[in-house]
Amino acid sequence: MLEVNLSGSMRDAANGAASVNVEAATIRELLRKMSERYPRMSDEIERGIAVSINGRIFRDSWSEEIPTGAEVFLLPRLEGG
Amino acid sequence: MAFDTNYTNQDFKVVGQRVRRLDGIDKVTGRAKYGADAFAPGQLVGLTLRSPHAHALIKKIDTSKAENIPGVKAVITSDDLPDNTGGGEMSTVLENCMARGRALYDGHIVAAVAAVDEETARKALAAIKVNYKKLPHVTDVDAAAAPGAPLVQPDLIPRGGDAPTNVQSTIPMGHGDVEEGFAQADIIIEKSFQTEQVHQGYIEPHACLANVGPDGQGELWVTTQGPFMIRDTCATLLGIDIARLKVTSSEIGGGFGGKTHVWIEPLAVALSRKANRPVKMTMTRDEVFRGSGPASPVSMDIKIGCTKQGRITAAKAVLRYGSGPWPGMWATMGAMTAFACYDLENVQSIGHDVLINRPKVAAYRAPSAPMAAFGVESVVDMLAAEVGMDPVEFRLLNCAKEGTRASYGPVYGPIGIGPTLEAVKKHPQMRARLGKNQGRGMACGFWFNFGGPTCTDLNIGVDGTVNLAVGTVDVGGSRSSLAMIAAEELGISYEDVRVNVADTASLGFNETTHGSRGTFSSGMAIIMAARSAVEELRGRAARTWEIPVEEVEWQDGCAVAAGVKNSNLGKLSLKELAAKSLNTGGPIAGHFETVADGAGVSFASHICDVEVDPETGQTKVLRYTVVQDAGKAIHPDYVEGQFQGGAAQGIGWALNEEYIYGDDGRLQNSGFLDYRIPVCSDLPMIDTEILEIPNPNHPYGIRGVGETSIVPPLAAIANAVSNAVGVRMDHIPMSPPRIRKAIRDDQASEPEVSAG
Repeated sequence: MLEVNLSGSMRDAANGAASVNVEAATIRELLRKMSERYPRMSDEIERGIAVSINGRIFRDSWSEEIPTGAEVFLLPRLEGG
Repeated sequence: MAFDTNYTNQDFKVVGQRVRRLDGIDKVTGRAKYGADAFAPGQLVGLTLRSPHAHALIKKIDTSKAENIPGVKAVITSDDLPDNTGGGEMSTVLENCMARGRALYDGHIVAAVAAVDEETARKALAAIKVNYKKLPHVTDVDAAAAPGAPLVQPDLIPRGGDAPTNVQSTIPMGHGDVEEGFAQADIIIEKSFQTEQVHQGYIEPHACLANVGPDGQGELWVTTQGPFMIRDTCATLLGIDIARLKVTSSEIGGGFGGKTHVWIEPLAVALSRKANRPVKMTMTRDEVFRGSGPASPVSMDIKIGCTKQGRITAAKAVLRYGSGPWPGMWATMGAMTAFACYDLENVQSIGHDVLINRPKVAAYRAPSAPMAAFGVESVVDMLAAEVGMDPVEFRLLNCAKEGTRASYGPVYGPIGIGPTLEAVKKHPQMRARLGKNQGRGMACGFWFNFGGPTCTDLNIGVDGTVNLAVGTVDVGGSRSSLAMIAAEELGISYEDVRVNVADTASLGFNETTHGSRGTFSSGMAIIMAARSAVEELRGRAARTWEIPVEEVEWQDGCAVAAGVKNSNLGKLSLKELAAKSLNTGGPIAGHFETVADGAGVSFASHICDVEVDPETGQTKVLRYTVVQDAGKAIHPDYVEGQFQGGAAQGIGWALNEEYIYGDDGRLQNSGFLDYRIPVCSDLPMIDTEILEIPNPNHPYGIRGVGETSIVPPLAAIANAVSNAVGVRMDHIPMSPPRIRKAIRDDQASEPEVSAG
């Protein structure tokens, strides 16, 4: 079971929860389950999302495996200059 | 083919050298072709008609007279651009390209024409009759956020809200309990700051040449950071199959984030499609200022508390970012970056995106971070002074390190903020004597850096020279760096590699070149493509020698037969293998596509010495030093150039640059005479110090280097000016009138300090 930390608009989409527990082996599975549990999360994912796994940020590698006990953050997808 | 993208810590032969740049000759001789340098037989001139009002209903547009002028081949309005986007963000992109029933800022395009020459096109623009009904407007961030402000989007209710408002999003970030943290503080400083809107100031204006044939096949030559983004956006907005539009990016004369979106490009394609002729469009400087994407104007409140020993106990920021007429992500990034340099138990950043009747904001080099850093680093300096600590020591005591939880959430891996501060502490500039009216300041800065989808080809010619096809645009010298990486990996000479920025029909999708990702992402893809080519080269050698491929090693650009039994076989160089390639299996190439995730965060610390004339308020930057963690510096000249460029732009932002709007909501200084970017005579030689703390997620340890250098300057210069004049500066730019006023008022001489 992963503890997924949320902040900013992600927390808002999850009805204010700072963290949620999710059973997921990959980023794809994580995002699917988050959308199922919190429908407004789908909008966030559609807009773009980034996932931090043990401090390494993934934006598009949805097949990335999430190690057991990893620290996971959902972050907004950002833009650079 | 799978390859490990983790840091390899290898010894480099080419990487790290200061080799001659590949783009140098073309650029200094004028041979390089920029956006406006393209020509097609029969091309038309495309021009746009822009709203003179900050906010207005467009009741009617009559184009009939314009269409009847001889030589006018096409006129388009929003009626020619039906919204097939299905709503959402792309719908706002379409509306920004061409107003739809309302003009939302001074300079918003309402119509476009294509004619045989510029004179005829201008006549056509003059003949278009637009019936406007002016609406109340608001261009100031704080005024827009106030109750009762004119609504920029009267129908837009923010998520979680119950009524329309200009404050379209509220993003909280942080951890811990800030109130508890402030209760533990001995000293608390709270202060408000403001930064005016600035433009990226790229010298090359937006320009493109669109050519759509009667069969629906289209080509677009354009100056952009993202040819694939341009292709996909134009295809979506205009209902064109992606494969029918080939986009080629020109040489780029600066972008800095401002060329990561579409502006006139969809209109050029639409005009060409309607006229059945090529259409060239080039923005004037006035249009670039009024109608492209500047950075946010920002107002903010910063509150930080610390103990008498200088340890920060709590930090809070409330940030209001003007985003133009539509919501953006600018406040989010401000909130995420504001305190990223520090190790804080209790931190909270709240970002608000505020709608205003100004152009749609676009990215500008580490977007949103410089403004937040200005406020935070100013208060950090004030706290250090209040505690009686050296500002560098204060920052060293509080800075983030490996294992620190970032204020935006994750825990940092190996990072360079501490080492940059240590380097600043030891730097000779910190001990140089200052004269009368002179002051010194320093500040820190952070930026994330990004990777993203990336695709590259590596082709080995029969003479052993190598062509790379990359999909990231060379915005800052990446072609030379990428050639060095290929040479390093293949074991050949840098001079034997040439790099081409491929068009969108020749390569798979590449994300726009933003977020300091060019050398990081394409570098990773090239390393892997080269390793793929080496696998093939080993196979060709094995075939030539008729031995198993497992017995062939690749060493210094040569295939070597391993083992005593093969000792009579010697070596086959890449050139020898290439020469025989057509008889050993055909051309030799490498290819790699990836999502280049794992970009390393980047930190910088800057030192600035200034002299301020108290009579005129004029500031002269006497000396400036940039210290930044680059990961591995592939080509140190270019890395230093990025450091210097960011600092130079930051100096302009800090001291002079600002959008000035009149009460009528119109931009009053849309030219370089009145919007003053720094020129060489305004700048000292900017010293640099490269630190190399490898990114563990890149095989060569590369981090991005292009953006972080613009984050600290606003704060470093503000701290220097404040120290020079003895008044805390809280409004950027610190132009002479603003410094004169601050000195006269002298109201900030006693900061708001309270006992904790």
